[in-house]
Amino acid sequence: MVSELINANPVVYEKKERRARSAPSCADEYTVEPIDQLEIFDHLRDIKDPEHPYSLEELKVITEDAIEVDDSNSYVRVTFTPTVEHCSMATIIGLCLRVKLMRSLPSRYKVDIRIAPGSHATEAAVNKQLNDKERVAAALENPNLVDMVDECLAPTNGLAG
Amino acid sequence: MESHDGAWSLKELQKLEGHNDRVWSVAWNPATGVAGVPPMLASCSGDKTVRVWEQNPSSSSWFCKAVLDETHTRTVRSCAWSPSGKLLATGSFDATTAIWENVGGDFECVSTLEGHENEVKSVCWNASGSLLATCGRDRSVWIWEVLPGNEFECASVLQGHTQDVKMVQWHPTLDILFSCSYDNTVKIWAEDGDDDWDCVQTLSEANGGHTSTVWALSFNTTGDKMVSCSDDLTIKIWETDSGKMMSGDGYAPWSHVCTLSGYHDRTIFSVHWSREGIIASGAADDAIRFFVESKDGSVDGPSYKMILRNEKAHDMDVNAVRWSLGENRFLASASDDGTVKIWELVPVI
Repeated sequence: MVSELINANPVVYEKKERRARSAPSCADEYTVEPIDQLEIFDHLRDIKDPEHPYSLEELKVITEDAIEVDDSNSYVRVTFTPTVEHCSMATIIGLCLRVKLMRSLPSRYKVDIRIAPGSHATEAAVNKQLNDKERVAAALENPNLVDMVDECLAPTNGLAG
Repeated sequence: MESHDGAWSLKELQKLEGHNDRVWSVAWNPATGVAGVPPMLASCSGDKTVRVWEQNPSSSSWFCKAVLDETHTRTVRSCAWSPSGKLLATGSFDATTAIWENVGGDFECVSTLEGHENEVKSVCWNASGSLLATCGRDRSVWIWEVLPGNEFECASVLQGHTQDVKMVQWHPTLDILFSCSYDNTVKIWAEDGDDDWDCVQTLSEANGGHTSTVWALSFNTTGDKMVSCSDDLTIKIWETDSGKMMSGDGYAPWSHVCTLSGYHDRTIFSVHWSREGIIASGAADDAIRFFVESKDGSVDGPSYKMILRNEKAHDMDVNAVRWSLGENRFLASASDDGTVKIWELVPVI
């Protein structure tokens, strides 16, 4: 791990209040609720930043609005904003988002991950890596990288991710 | 190609299950599927194994003949049979290329080629089986000479690509090597007559090339046309002067002919040109599409049209499509859903 943090003093935001999901209006227990923005956000909000003891939500790296989902077409796009323009952890964060969604969403889903336009010095390069399935697969065969990702994805305070 | 101007349909013959992870690629054994020899197919997977499948002649159904395991320690990304069908090369993320010998249906690893610094992405034999090419994330392309006794010697290490090299393909008749890369280009390599290999041409955005990662390329039977596919959501057709190419009078450059765009909305991972001239594509939207040259007689030059799209060919991304080498219109596809499917393209009368 780097001894000098890339962004030693991140801005920490208040966590958004968690809305209780309303009980389904339909009594049919076999109805599958379409996956929506909030559900995707719930999967991602507690992922820990690789460098700081805060969640991606608290650092406003991801917000509910930055998630575009189209359940009928099995598509989701997550846009994330690294805390600083030259953040070298951007690829790790993107990988964490991808892995969490891979583990949480049905396999029919197509996932695009991108950096918020204008928020990073090498966003095109990072976006290309994050959306190259073969590069991601090879990266996830690297035990060190997997350990880092798993640490970020591990639940804190007993709250399920 | 026998003209069928009507509709086509893709019939699923069988789904081959067995791999425990995504299947990255498939390869038909060229010495099978003819003269009464039952067709044989190899598939390679994220489960670190290669499976060899064969069709039972009496029942016509496919079964798993062998599982090649305990050799690669990571994903097996690519597999290719030598032209004689006696050897199978497998390229892996473990940075090695294994050579397996087919000894009466049993497969034995007879050689391991080391040299790449990291993941090997593609392996390909030349037309005569005297050379093997490999490429990988270390940006290099290696050419290996096949020597007696299953010995392999590195003949050349080709540098030039500025990023991860995704696939290598030898020209169907000449010893000219093509490679495509994450650097958005296709590079063409030829021997300069002094046993040195050089990059003789680069097909980049500047000459009508792709604007993102080029994942695969394939040649037509005569070797004067080539098709490439990319993360930029297009398929491009290229051609060379066949007369000049066959005469061997210097290098015959390739030029862009046509771009097929608007047909795919997610990355195209694979393209393969059949003997008859039908181009199959496999993409990240789970679909398989087929294209042929349009006989519209357009003055502007050749154009291509899509003759069929099979939307839900698989439950997940299609990583590879390969036409069988026999007289039939069989196609094999490999997917993230862990299966291989055997299809037949049939004209609908």
